[in-house]
Amino acid sequence: MIPFDFEYYRPESIASAIDTFQQLDTAEKQPMYYGGGTEIISMGRMNNLKTGAVIDLKDIADCKVMEFHQDQLVIGSSVTLTQIHEANLFPLLAQAGARIADHTIQNKITMGGNLCGTIIYKEAVLPLLLSDSLVSIAGPGGKRTIPINSIFKERMQLDKGEFVVQIKIEKQYLSCPYVHVKQTKQDKINYPLVTICAMSVGGGIRAAFSGVCDFPFRSTAMESELNNLALTLEERIDKAIALTPGLIPTNLEGSAEYRKFIMRGLLNSIINRLEGSNVSNA
Amino acid sequence: MYQMLNEGLIELKVNGEFRKALVRPADTLLFALRERLGLTGAKPGCENGDCGACTVLVDGWPIKSCLMLVAEAVGHEIQTVEGLNGAPIQTAFVDNFAFQCGYCTPGFIMNCQGLINIHPDASDEVMQEWLQSNICRCTSYQEITAAIKSVLVADES
Ligand SMILES: Cc1cc2nc3c(=O)[nH]c(=O)nc-3n(C[C@H](O)[C@H](O)[C@H](O)COP(=O)(O)OP(=O)(O)OC[C@H]3O[C@@H](n4cnc5c(N)ncnc54)[C@H](O)[C@@H]3O)c2cc1C
Ligand code: FES
Ligand code: FES
Repeated sequence: MIPFDFEYYRPESIASAIDTFQQLDTAEKQPMYYGGGTEIISMGRMNNLKTGAVIDLKDIADCKVMEFHQDQLVIGSSVTLTQIHEANLFPLLAQAGARIADHTIQNKITMGGNLCGTIIYKEAVLPLLLSDSLVSIAGPGGKRTIPINSIFKERMQLDKGEFVVQIKIEKQYLSCPYVHVKQTKQDKINYPLVTICAMSVGGGIRAAFSGVCDFPFRSTAMESELNNLALTLEERIDKAIALTPGLIPTNLEGSAEYRKFIMRGLLNSIINRLEGSNVSNA
Repeated sequence: MYQMLNEGLIELKVNGEFRKALVRPADTLLFALRERLGLTGAKPGCENGDCGACTVLVDGWPIKSCLMLVAEAVGHEIQTVEGLNGAPIQTAFVDNFAFQCGYCTPGFIMNCQGLINIHPDASDEVMQEWLQSNICRCTSYQEITAAIKSVLVADES
């Protein structure tokens, strides 16, 4: 049971959602946008989160689409991980989403909620970082569409009152050879010890990580080392890992050294798969 | 815009019937089903999305009712184990002794019913993927797998 009260709003347009947010904010209700609610409900129940009002985005038509617009696949922020998996229009994203939580919760978790949540893993962001996706955002200052690689810095850098409306992915990335691996401490369903999504684009390998640091990331510096064919495979991997853009934590899931050990093994097999035989889709 | 600001009466469509319930906007669907509508088939376990004991169908899909606000369920078709009325999956659970204490059973049955609705020809891999959403402390997993397989196979023939 959630031990505090809040109001529930389900607007049908972007303008109404923003307007509602502003009114509730002025009334000091600390409003929150609401996607699948899996994080809001579970954290609210534990008193780790407090709000006076939630604004459910699931009735806004723009947030519900999953379709092609010319050369882009457009995915609304309220689309669930299951819908993405069942449609399988972007196989790497479908596969990454299908390893988040469990199958039933994937019926509830939304693309926008996974991207904007406070839980550090946000595994669905990895394929978006690799494919240089665009994010459409709406807020009191208007609408903007910007590369995810500029707005996702450890987390989505949204201004107050802004929400994610859609993700846009260029068609060319949907069929690039890829590998997705998620290593957990024990059970198949768990937060990742290390998750890596990798994609081969124009002969080079791109890689994005979750579980390695306190935030998901893609690092072009690491990619340069991974693609440095003048070095041995082991050297490429070691130099890349040395450039990890944050502290590799030691916690209950595993030590920093163990995480690096796992990364080494996974990167080795990923590179072999992507550079070796003609991998089409892993 | 649908909105719910305070505790009040809402109308839910549960097991094909419209039912009124006095709820708070912050109440979960699980709480409303059990405490307001007397439908105690969906069980509270972890209330954190981990165990699946609270699984019901919403528009045919399995949903952990501890992770859904009752306000979100307005306008959708909810089905609980009470609404199955002796469906083949229920008989299959009995025939295969797919429970011991039975606490997890309604959640497993609703998840299985969801799979039968959506992928009646599910492969073993898909079936395992779906079943991993539910936990059975008594470890009846083999028997549960046999029960769902008997219905999926029966549907295929
Ligand atoms: C049992 C369990 C297991 C889990 N396992 C994993 C895992 O293995 N890997 C993983 O990555 N995650 C995991 N999670 C975390 C899960 O990914 C989050 O709970 C989920 O991503 C939140 O999505 P949601 O749609 O339910 O968001 P909500 O709970 O609705 O919202 C989460 C946050 O995002 C904000 N928000 C929602 N939508 C938008 C939007 N469109 N624009 C701006 N802000 C928005 C909300 O205001 C809130 O702050 C797990 C969660 C549970 C309960
Ligand atoms: S009570 Fe809902 S998943 Fe455990
Ligand atoms: S039969 Fe006892 S928990 Fe499953």
